[in-house]
Amino acid sequence: MNRYNLSNKYKAIVIGGSAGSFQGITRILAQLPKDFPLPIIMCLHRLKHVRNGFVEALSIKSVTSVTEPYDKEQIKKDHVYLAPSNYHMSIELGNYFCLSTEEMINNSRPAIDITLSSTAYAYRDKTIGILLSGANKDGALGMKHIKDKGGLTIVQEPSECMIDTMPNAALAVTKIDYVLKIDEIVSFLNELNSHYK
Amino acid sequence: MKDIEIADIKKIAEVVKTSYNYDFTNYAMSSFKRRIQRIMDIHKFPNVDALVKRIREDKPFFEEFIVEITVNVTEMFRDPSFWRVLRDEIIPAIMLNHEKIRIWHAGCSSGEEVFSMAIMLKEMGLLQKASIIATDLDKEILKKAKSGRYTLKNMELNEKNYIRFQGKTSLKDYHTEQGNMAVLDPNLVMNVSFREHDLVRGDVFNKFDLVLCRNVMIYFNQTLQNEVLKKFHESLFKYGYLVIGSKESLIWCDIANKFIVVNNEEKVYKKFKD
Repeated sequence: MNRYNLSNKYKAIVIGGSAGSFQGITRILAQLPKDFPLPIIMCLHRLKHVRNGFVEALSIKSVTSVTEPYDKEQIKKDHVYLAPSNYHMSIELGNYFCLSTEEMINNSRPAIDITLSSTAYAYRDKTIGILLSGANKDGALGMKHIKDKGGLTIVQEPSECMIDTMPNAALAVTKIDYVLKIDEIVSFLNELNSHYK
Repeated sequence: MKDIEIADIKKIAEVVKTSYNYDFTNYAMSSFKRRIQRIMDIHKFPNVDALVKRIREDKPFFEEFIVEITVNVTEMFRDPSFWRVLRDEIIPAIMLNHEKIRIWHAGCSSGEEVFSMAIMLKEMGLLQKASIIATDLDKEILKKAKSGRYTLKNMELNEKNYIRFQGKTSLKDYHTEQGNMAVLDPNLVMNVSFREHDLVRGDVFNKFDLVLCRNVMIYFNQTLQNEVLKKFHESLFKYGYLVIGSKESLIWCDIANKFIVVNNEEKVYKKFKD
């Protein structure tokens, strides 16, 4: 079943998404292998004044419950994290979260570029970046940073996206290792999981 | 573009410390790095050494540097649900035992929170009973805070927050328009003392019933968060309240056990041990 050229070197998965990504994310989280060996760090565009509800909605079908980290919270494997509303979420060296209220980037806070780039900085080539459906170019630069650090990059197959601006923007600025449909991302994660057993 | 390395950050913190006695050594790395990058981009510095040289030799530039390095993005009535808890639970609890209420806005930035507080207290009929001190390390931003001038564009968001806070009227009743700016009623902050104070170097200077420091300590590392929390503890009367940002936590600080959680969702703590 080894379709992808994987190993157990990876330490973190970071996922970005915006308009049209909710269903895809839900499907991925619902089919995540139990005791998944890596943390999953998600930055999804969301309404800034709605602090509650999103995490609960994502958790309903998820195998692992989704949490919004506190500032300076340590990252743990087999945990799914979501950037809180109205904060940027970065990863620091030493593998913990750092939140900030800096200016919006790409008209967004949380900005996907910040989460992706800082994950690449902290986890270097041990990062896997996944960018899903979305209506702007946030995340493209972050994917480039992941690639530049030697990490692995995946975008959702544009034809499957409700809005393909985001994956196409990433494809335009950097090398993307795999262009996959949601079902293929699920099997990718299963294959990745098998390398850690 | 070359990454700014930790060694570069250290060089900058070093020159700032030796030349101007500000200490950024224990600022959180990721955001501090982005601020440095921002300054490099704005002023088109070719490398970190050029920035270091400019900081050392040009004091007016350093003042600008301070403005840019600190994050001054805030809103009036940010987290309206917090302001409701403050109005309906915390302030009444304080006023139960007090004639006056002493409040410190630590890291007040451009003053949105101070004006929010004044408006809320005014609507509660308590503004005259409040003594408010608002501090920031950045002189320039304090001037802005005092002036209470915000863009009309930002006022749209502020008004939305105010509506969610369920205020008594409309924010329009508290400001006039000048061009594309809203000018808040200066009477609101007539009795507020705006002062320069750096949480890192500054001493404990007074005692308070309520300290607000929301989304400030997120820019510090845990070492510094610990030190600053000690200062807040000392600055509070016993049974005084401390409020931090909705995604901040005290639990990993040394003296967390001297506080109890009053409202976990809105991050309101109460000092219950000296």
